[in-house]
Amino acid sequence: MCCWFFLRRMGPVLLLWLAVCLSGSWAVDKGNFKTCDQSAFCKRQRAMKPGESPYRALLETMELTNTRLTLQLINDNNKVRLLLELYRLQGNITRVKINELKPLKPRYEVPDVLIREPPTEPLSLLSQDENGVVLSLGSESQRVIVSARPFRLDIVEGRDVLMSLNSRGLLSFEHLRMRKDTFSYKVTSTVASVWDNIKRTAKEEEEKVEDGMWEETFKSHTDSKPSGPSAISLDFSLPGVEHVYVGIRIGCITWIVLWSGKCFCFQIPFCSSLQTVFGKMLDYVQGSSETPQTDVRWISESGIIDVFLMLGPTPRDVFSQYASLTGTQAFPPLASLGYHQCRWNYNDQEDVRSVDAGFDEHDIPYDFIWLDIEHTDGKRYFTWDPHKFASPKEMLQGLLDKKRKMVAIVDPHIKVDTNYKIHNEIRSRGFYVKNKDGGDYEGWCWPGNAGYPDFTRPDMRAWWASQFGYDQYEGAMENLYTWNDMNEPSVFNGPEVTMHKDAMHESWEHREVHNLYGLYVHRATAEGLTERSGGVERPFVLTRAFFAGSQRYGAVWTGDNAAEWDHLKISIPMCLSLGLVGISFCGADVGGFFKSPSTELLVRWYQTGAYQPFFRAHAHLDTPRREPWLFGPENTALMREAIRQRYTFLPYWYQLFYLAYHTGEPVMRPLWVEYPQDPATFALDDEYLLGRDLLVHPVTEEGARGVTAYLPGKHEVWFDIHTFQKHNGGQNLYIPVTMSSIPVFQRGGSIIPRKLRVRRSSTCMEHDPYTLYVALDNQRTAEGELYIDDGHTFNYEKKELIHRKFICFCNGYFTTKSWVERIIILGASKPSMVTLKTADGENQLEFDFDASMSVLTIRKPGMNAGADWTVTLQ
Amino acid sequence: MVMFGHFVLLVLFGGAMSAEVQRPRGVPLSKRQFYEEDKPFTCLDGSRTIPFDRVNDDYCDCMDGSDEPGTAACPNGNFHCTNAGFRPAFIPSSRVNDGICDCCDTTDEYNSGIDCQNTCRELGRKEKEELEKIAEIAKEGFMFKKQLIQEAKQGLEDKKYILLNNFMDCKKDLEAKVEALRTVKETAEQPEKEAKERHLKAWEEQKAVIRMEKDKARMADVFLELDDDDDSFVSVAELQSHSELDPDSDASFTEAEAQGLLGGVDKVDTVAFETVWNNIKEKYVSESTADVPPPGETAQEETRDTSSDNDSENYPDEDIPEEEDDEDMDEDDEDMDEGDYKAPPASQTDDKKDDDEEGAMPPYEQETQTLIDAAQKARDEFNEAEKALREVEDQIRNLEKEISFDFGPSSEFAYLYSQCYELTTGEYVYRLCPFNRVSQKPKFGGSETNLGTWGKWAGPEDNIYSVMKYEHGTGCWQGPNRSTTVKLTCGKETIVTSTSEPSRCEYLMEFTSPAICQDPTSSDSGHPDHEEL
Repeated sequence: MCCWFFLRRMGPVLLLWLAVCLSGSWAVDKGNFKTCDQSAFCKRQRAMKPGESPYRALLETMELTNTRLTLQLINDNNKVRLLLELYRLQGNITRVKINELKPLKPRYEVPDVLIREPPTEPLSLLSQDENGVVLSLGSESQRVIVSARPFRLDIVEGRDVLMSLNSRGLLSFEHLRMRKDTFSYKVTSTVASVWDNIKRTAKEEEEKVEDGMWEETFKSHTDSKPSGPSAISLDFSLPGVEHVYVGIRIGCITWIVLWSGKCFCFQIPFCSSLQTVFGKMLDYVQGSSETPQTDVRWISESGIIDVFLMLGPTPRDVFSQYASLTGTQAFPPLASLGYHQCRWNYNDQEDVRSVDAGFDEHDIPYDFIWLDIEHTDGKRYFTWDPHKFASPKEMLQGLLDKKRKMVAIVDPHIKVDTNYKIHNEIRSRGFYVKNKDGGDYEGWCWPGNAGYPDFTRPDMRAWWASQFGYDQYEGAMENLYTWNDMNEPSVFNGPEVTMHKDAMHESWEHREVHNLYGLYVHRATAEGLTERSGGVERPFVLTRAFFAGSQRYGAVWTGDNAAEWDHLKISIPMCLSLGLVGISFCGADVGGFFKSPSTELLVRWYQTGAYQPFFRAHAHLDTPRREPWLFGPENTALMREAIRQRYTFLPYWYQLFYLAYHTGEPVMRPLWVEYPQDPATFALDDEYLLGRDLLVHPVTEEGARGVTAYLPGKHEVWFDIHTFQKHNGGQNLYIPVTMSSIPVFQRGGSIIPRKLRVRRSSTCMEHDPYTLYVALDNQRTAEGELYIDDGHTFNYEKKELIHRKFICFCNGYFTTKSWVERIIILGASKPSMVTLKTADGENQLEFDFDASMSVLTIRKPGMNAGADWTVTLQ
Repeated sequence: MVMFGHFVLLVLFGGAMSAEVQRPRGVPLSKRQFYEEDKPFTCLDGSRTIPFDRVNDDYCDCMDGSDEPGTAACPNGNFHCTNAGFRPAFIPSSRVNDGICDCCDTTDEYNSGIDCQNTCRELGRKEKEELEKIAEIAKEGFMFKKQLIQEAKQGLEDKKYILLNNFMDCKKDLEAKVEALRTVKETAEQPEKEAKERHLKAWEEQKAVIRMEKDKARMADVFLELDDDDDSFVSVAELQSHSELDPDSDASFTEAEAQGLLGGVDKVDTVAFETVWNNIKEKYVSESTADVPPPGETAQEETRDTSSDNDSENYPDEDIPEEEDDEDMDEDDEDMDEGDYKAPPASQTDDKKDDDEEGAMPPYEQETQTLIDAAQKARDEFNEAEKALREVEDQIRNLEKEISFDFGPSSEFAYLYSQCYELTTGEYVYRLCPFNRVSQKPKFGGSETNLGTWGKWAGPEDNIYSVMKYEHGTGCWQGPNRSTTVKLTCGKETIVTSTSEPSRCEYLMEFTSPAICQDPTSSDSGHPDHEEL
């Protein structure tokens, strides 16, 4: 399945495509991955050029019920019939499903991605003639026009066409068929009934058999393709669309690039892994000269066409529409928003202890230290190296004493070793993915020969989840969390470094479920971490492979990047793209995984990572050590400062994640999400917003002396968070920078809660007081929110939380020890008196006014962060 | 018992005393005077003055954090723990009331709900024991060190003495001897060379005679072979029967061409054939061998047989070395060593025998052999002397190198020179040979890996001899060359105590040695000042 979504001047549109999708490469080890020409289905589809579609809608077959419209389509070349289903879903979403009317056997339909069967709204027929039908899409004055010959769909609002399907005639649906050049077919033919013969002769045109339809070889790997050709494709035209996000997932790294050509629209990285060909996933064709138009086309090797058109109209609407289908970001434990220290590998317990001590010695906060694959006993996950990690509980207790946590890796490839409990159990339960001949599928990965559990099976996932129980996972404690790597799945000796497409997941080929595999691994692991606490504690699981819906299970990182400036730069559009499709908890390896960063690059990466959602430093086994204190006191101070800034903003990050959990709004978002009327924001990919209120333009250029940040909003004002300098919106602002600069601005009109008492870990800061940063807009008003809960359980679902809106608020049942120690008002004028009014009465507050910067600091109002209060300036 | 009790009482009393001293929480005694109750407080950086009730009121008023010594309010503040019974300490303010016990006297966690145990006395006792142990080690180690210094000094002096006196004299003597023997050798070699040349010349002449006779015999045979009609003449027609003789090898051996070969006449007799023979002998193929296929192999086989025959007949075993010796001398008379002398290369022998159709050179006459023996003796003596000189020179070089090494300020590390120390871990045997190299060898077979050769002393400026650096070891796959940092700590014994690989191919070794021990009487660092009880 792929889903993508794009934004038009009039409003954004999100499109979710439920079918196995293809993606491709242009950067990493190109030779390991197929080009379109090396992939038969893609080559066949690509050979099809725009023109008149052979498909015709049979209007006489139309059935309209209260919830759906069905209609048969016929391919006039081969007389194969398709069934079109059209649903109007609640919240301005239209679903278009196309399948074979009578497939030889069922075609794969993606399960488990939609959080529920989406609720429908009534459709009504507006008009009908022999050329087509017009339906009303609910109350929105939107209509869908079904044209019969050739078949095409147009979604129209007023006089504007929002989107057209099959307008270029690229709808293609390879029907399932019997193989004709085999013995079994011939036998079947000779004993075939008269009726069969009649049926066959009735087909006017027999499909020609092309190379690669029934078997295909790439490098030394042969794909047996037992089901034959089954590709599908459909084109979409988007009048008025100018910008596109293109997302590609290839090998071990996710490549997402903001494409800022003439078109406007963006597309999602949902192609969670392998499948082949990029080339040009989107075929751009310029529309008429007057209105810009983007044409896109999706091709999939198999499955059905199942498209969700999310019609906005605002970006925020699109997020909520997408969230209503695939769910929202899992609300992470607060600590996981802190800093993570990772390396392949921390060698042994003593190493872990000394790195942990290093953070205290240099007074740098961190929450999680990570163990990569070398911590295991011979790459047997769920085990510990008996020499290097002989007493894991002792180690975990040491971290727990400092209120810190650990993540240990658990990959989904299982060492084939009859002395390994996990392997024996999976094998005896028959839980492994099978090869095409019915034996357990085996491939090479870190442990050598390995089996791959079939995570598409609910019973397998339940068993996997149980392995995280404290009674099963020896050495685990409540501060041990999990990292799923290599879950594409990676198979070193497999085609395109992954699993053979004809491997079997019960009755389905790997071809069908490939993109879902990583999501299922992530899901089973997250469920395991939840269940081990009896459903009380929130899990934290990081995954490399992902799919639509993966946001429900945890965090994603962008894979194996390198210590290069370009990789630092590209981390921004990569995480922006993921955020747009619901995956807010995104980050890139700080410092770069491969190679060794220069000190300048490392410092800049810390500064950038501190303002991205998932903040983890990671390094390859072969690189020199790079803990933040190894580069001289000056650079230690720079990295410490970046990390400390992150910790002061943790209340804001937490609140943004609560919002993402609630609404699906991305935490890290492109400027156009908030300023969709401002075309100057459309192509920006070197700066972004965190929530609505922080604008970040990290320094990502080597040797930079300054950056130019675009401050959006003609009537907005922005405050430099470091100097409190006020700047007007709607301008490009040149900011001179030094090595300590991280250009960040707070929007006038916002209130951001921060905790300035940075301690060893986020948990140590739990009860600390807040400082409210009130940035006034031109009307001298501001509003903001504060979210507080216990930081680690699911009790927020029971309303054990405090969610205050300053000015107006709603409240739950949580109590906090935290209080408000300071209110800093930016852009203020000097009051004569400041009064605090709470339930306990009124009292005057001390304040300090900096006239040069117009900053008013109200000293120690002292009220509890959960209380009602009013501060009056006179 | 009484003493002990008294001590405890004293401490308790002291503790009570310090509690009586009025000062804000987190302030060290040394700064008490800045915090006077009922007087406005001036931030220690002088930046501002605030009412005293704002000291430790959990709000940061001073830029330098000095108004909140006892709370976590200031990001840059410090909290002072008295830690009675142990060492006083400063901790960052951020560790006050964070739910983690940092001060052993529990004073940092006065409001976090966590129940800390006072561990100062225990820590103090442990530290004392530890310090005593360290002091003991340092004391003994330092004694060893003094000894080492003494030995090193003695050793160095000895070495210098040996170098200057024994070796230098020895070298001088040997140089003179080598020169003298060179002259003797050269004097002996001149007559040897002449005698050998004479012998060789005679042999060459003899060989020429033999060769000529053989040629004549062959010519006669060929004449008979060609003279098919036995008329004692070789005619044009008879010659034409040997197509290989066709001068232009164009496959037609014409009458004219044959006549040309015969010197323009129709036939020649035995005498005239001599001239003809010289023109055709290169090409001529004997009728008896021409049709034995394949000619090549046969020829080779015969040659081999011949040579082996020759070998047994003409080369008495005992003569070979002399023969070879002679050859070698001509090529390489300066650098010949015993190995070559005793075992001449076999192939050379073979080649020569193959060439030598005329048979072997006869043994040297007694007179010549005597000259050769004399020269050989001179050569042997010369070589021996030269070798001895070279050995002495090597020793001098090594000594000079050793003397010039930086073995520490008092050469206390000299004893490590040319020693090796091993540590066996789960997988590997690590071997440290100070001032030479570090290596790693798998415990269960496999080849040794060089983890670096001696680079330099690399400790911090004030203690440069505390760290050794070994560099440029075996290269890592896709990585740097291996290198090892050796950290030295004071110990009675010289041992490698641990090894690790903190970063790929960058090794760390801990090494104890008395040589790094400091004089325990010269510094009080073992006993940190107990500022307050």
